[in-house]
Parts: sequence; structure tokens; C-alpha cells
Amino acid sequence: MSSKKDKGLSVKDIDKRFADVQALASVSLDVQEGEFFTLLGPSGCGKTTLLRIVAGLEMPDTGRVILGGQDITSLPATKRQVNTVFQSYALFPHLNIFENVAFGLRARRFPQDEVKSRVNRRLEMLGLQDMPERLPHQLSGGQQQRVALARALVNEPEVLLLDEPMSALDARLRAQVQVELRRLQRKLGQTFILVTHDQAEALVVSDRLAVMRQGRIVQFGTPKEVYEQPKTPFVAEFLGAANLIQGRRLNEGVDTDIGFFHLNSPPAWARGSVAIRPERIRITADPPEKNGVKVHVREAIYRGTNLDLWCEPGPLRVRTAAQYNYEPGEEVWLELPPEGLVILDE
Amino acid sequence: MLWLIVFLVLPGLVLIAVSFATRGAYGQLEWVFTVENYQRLSGFSLFGWTADYIMIVLRSVWVAFITTLISVVLSYPLSFFISARPERSRYFWLTLVIIPFWTNMVIRTYAWFLILAPELPLAKLATFFGFIPAGSPLYPNSFAVYLGMVSMYLPFVTLPLYASVERLDWTLVEAAQDLYASKVRVFMQAILPQTLPGLSVGIVLTFVPAMGMFVVPDLLGGSKYMLVGNLIQQQFGASRDWPFGAAISMGLMVLTMISLQFYRRRSKEIEFV
Repeated sequence: MSSKKDKGLSVKDIDKRFADVQALASVSLDVQEGEFFTLLGPSGCGKTTLLRIVAGLEMPDTGRVILGGQDITSLPATKRQVNTVFQSYALFPHLNIFENVAFGLRARRFPQDEVKSRVNRRLEMLGLQDMPERLPHQLSGGQQQRVALARALVNEPEVLLLDEPMSALDARLRAQVQVELRRLQRKLGQTFILVTHDQAEALVVSDRLAVMRQGRIVQFGTPKEVYEQPKTPFVAEFLGAANLIQGRRLNEGVDTDIGFFHLNSPPAWARGSVAIRPERIRITADPPEKNGVKVHVREAIYRGTNLDLWCEPGPLRVRTAAQYNYEPGEEVWLELPPEGLVILDE
Repeated sequence: MLWLIVFLVLPGLVLIAVSFATRGAYGQLEWVFTVENYQRLSGFSLFGWTADYIMIVLRSVWVAFITTLISVVLSYPLSFFISARPERSRYFWLTLVIIPFWTNMVIRTYAWFLILAPELPLAKLATFFGFIPAGSPLYPNSFAVYLGMVSMYLPFVTLPLYASVERLDWTLVEAAQDLYASKVRVFMQAILPQTLPGLSVGIVLTFVPAMGMFVVPDLLGGSKYMLVGNLIQQQFGASRDWPFGAAISMGLMVLTMISLQFYRRRSKEIEFV
């Protein structure tokens, strides 16, 4: 085990039940120091429960939480060098911005001048230096979010937890905040763990991410790995659009209802699925050399940045550049290149 | 507005008028203007100055204050306990809090006579520790008065406080814990500010009537335990001195208003510091 890993966060074989719901089932993961890690999954998949267990706000039924080589499973939230940005921000409504940010330092009885300098530095870093006297309800959603971030970061936690911090922001601001958050994390070099159900957000900010479903982690990897090499139909469809094609293994490829497709490696199963992203399908006027399907366009949706086609048989979703024009009813050839076809595990 | 005039302003004006009137030889009202009643209240009489009445008033404030304090301290755990019950049994517990209201105040106070009777464990325990002689009941004394007062006013604090506790935003509590707050700090910064609305209502609903309470001190405190409520009742009853009674009432009202004003300032400070 490298020393870098020792300073990170490990979660080992966590189980958690709420009454009749298995929230987490033997979940394990390692987050390295300085990494931006994301737990991605639909609502109810257990990602927030896992975050709360790391924060110490929830106790696991079994399993361990290890931070910097130390077992902190039984430590309460008050004693953990971990801070959280809550989904609702949970700013103290009766305290002004300065006092909100100073809360953690005051609780640990830092001397007054150090509280002042540390809080002011964070307020400045997040562009809040002009409003230390304001109360939370006098701020916009984006400002409140930055106060919540400052309030957590001022404690210099070993791990910063973010529970869907952007879900309350509008789409435009969210996109901007995602980039800012990523920059901030790179600059500080601190470990961030983000919980989100927004796959685009997860791809933008993360160094690595874990996709969760029904209390289990179904896939780990960098955004690129998880997006381009999904292991299951669930992951393929949860991260962006995907065409799932079922078939039987035949020699080096797969035989399906819409034709035979060559693959780069033979599948491990006899019957199973392959997936291909809409943007990986090429449209050609003439029949391609291999992996071609003759289709007619059922629907063409102009999206500004690109053009989405729904084609029969399939239906196959195809994404192409917006300058092309295809009309419903038009017949075209599609090429599903082997490097775009992903063999799924099941 | 009409109701305010009928039930508050008019009686108030009558009370003011009576407080400046004179008591006749047979206890009847004589409409002769005098400030003698207020002089008496502040302790001046033919025989010089005494602190008797002022002491009674101060003791009343003190008893009301302690009653309110104990009720608040007991109401917090009670409110949290009830709000933590599953929804169905919550109403059962709330009903238990409310049931005493269905019984007459005097009867409820007499009930303490039975509970504090010499044959029962409470009095026996007190005898064992030497607080009271063997075979005597646990009344009349100030302990019995506080017992009676708190049991009388506890629901007035618990119910509004419960309403606040039930709506508590627990993520603020979690945020405080996440930010290293001790238990005291969690309470002061995350719970108290949120429950302040209910707490304020409870404090006012308890403190104000407790200042004028006379049934409980009369029955459980004995003849020596005089509070301002008893004093007023005495003037309008046995002593037949309505003008003096009205003057004391006015004094009590002014004192209550001052207390409330003081309390409002303090609670604003708590809210915004």
C-alpha cells in the first residue's frame, strides 16, 4: 500500500438497513488523497446514505470507514475531520455570513484573530468578501451555496463531502458552478466526494466516479472509462443515451435481429447485449464495408449543437453534426464500427 | 376591535377609576379622588414605610419566574420525546398533556392534597430525610406551591414548544454536529433559535397568568404564603377594599408589561447574536 493511499478514505464492506429497505449492500471503495470522487446514481440508490456514513451522521450496520489509515467508524460526526456541504446548504438562519463560516472554528475555540483571518481568506476565495454581515436569507441561491462551501472548507477537512450541492441552482448557473468547483478542488488539492444523480455533472467534475444502483456500486472508473466502457445496460443508459442491441455470439462478432456485427474481441457470453453511443454511429450514403445496417429515418430532431435521428429497424438512435439534413422517411446506411460497440457483462 | 374595547379597554378604565377611589367605612366605594391606595402599595402608611407589599410583589415575580423556568426545562425533553413518537401514538401523548385542562383548576390543586398526603410515599420520603415531621403532609410549603404551579402551567409551555419542535429542521442540527459543535452548542445554535417562536409563546402564556395565580398558593402554600394574586383576591373578597385591590391590580399589570418588554428585548438579542 502506497503512502498516498494511506492518507485517503476507504470504505469497507458497508451494510446499512432502514426498516425493510437494504440501503447499502457490502459497499467498498477507496478514494485517494486529493481526488475528486463522485457517487453517481438515481435517487434511492444509497449514495446519500453512503455519504452520511462517511460524515458520521449515520452508523453502518457492518463495515468500516477508514480515513488517513485510522478507523473512524465509531467516531461521531463532531469528531471527524470531514465536513459536509448539505443539499439544502443548512446555513444557520440567525447567524450572518461571517458567523456561519466561522462556526466550525468557534466550536473548536480557535483564537479570535485566527478565526478572522481564516474566515476572511475563505470569503475572499469564494467572492463573498463584500457581504460578511448579511443573513443567509438575503443571499441568492448561488451565494448561499458558496457560503456553505466556505463554511465547510474553512475547517480544512481531510475530506469534503458534497451532497447534491447544485440541485437547487438553475441549469445555466449549475454548469458554471461545476467548472468553478472543479477548479477550486484542483487548486486546493483536497479530497472531494460529490453525490449526484446528474451524469453530466459527474462527468465534468470527477477524477473518478462510482455508479451506484440499489445499494451497490456497479462500476468504478474515470469519467471516460465509465462513459465509453459501461459494463451493464444500466450504466450504459444512465450515463447518456445508448443503443442496446441483443444477440448471440457468432465467431468474432455478434448476430442480432438487425444484422451481424464484427467486434474487436469476442464476447464472453453466448447470448447478451452490446451497446453503442448514438454519436459513435456513422451515417453513409453507400453500404459500408462491414457492420452496416440499412435503415429509414423515422424522426429527425434538431438540437442546435447536433441532429438526433431515430431510425428503424432498431430503433437506433444516431447523433450527427447539426449541419446535415435528414428528413423522416429517408433511407440511409448506418455503420456501427467495432471500436464503438461495447460488450456488456450481461 | 369592538371586542378589544368591550373586554379590555373598558374594564381597564373602570379599574383605573376604582384604584383612585376611596373605601367607605363599610367597604363600599366612594367616588372621592385619592392616591392613598398607591401610597399604601408602595409601602407608605400612617406608621411609616414597610416593605411588606413590595416583598409580596417581588415574591410573586420570583415564583412566576421559577415556575416558567421549570416548565421550560421540563417541556424541552417532553416535546422532543413526543415528536419522536410514531405519528399515531403522538396524539395519545399530546392528549395526556392536555387532559388536565378538562378538570377544574381548584379540583386539580386539591388533588395534590391526596398525592402529598402523609400516608403516601412522597411525604414518607420527605419524612425520612427529615424535611417534615412524621405524620404530616407535604404541604403547605413552597415546594408544594411550585409543584402545583408547574403542573398547572406545564401544558402552556409544552404545547407551543411541541409545535416548534415538530417542525424542526434537523439538517441544521446535523450541520452543527458536522462543524464540531458540542451538545450545548448544538442546542444553543441549531435548536434554540428554531424553537424560539414556540418557546416565546409558552413563556408569555405561563409567566403572565402565573404572576396573578392565587388558587395554588392559597391551597398549597398556606396562609403565610402570600402572593400578589392572593392579596388582590383578599381586597376584593374578605377585606372589601376594592380601591386598594384595583391599585394592586394596576401595579401587577404595569409590572407584567415591564417584564414582557424586558423579555422581548432579551429574546431579540438571543435571536440575532
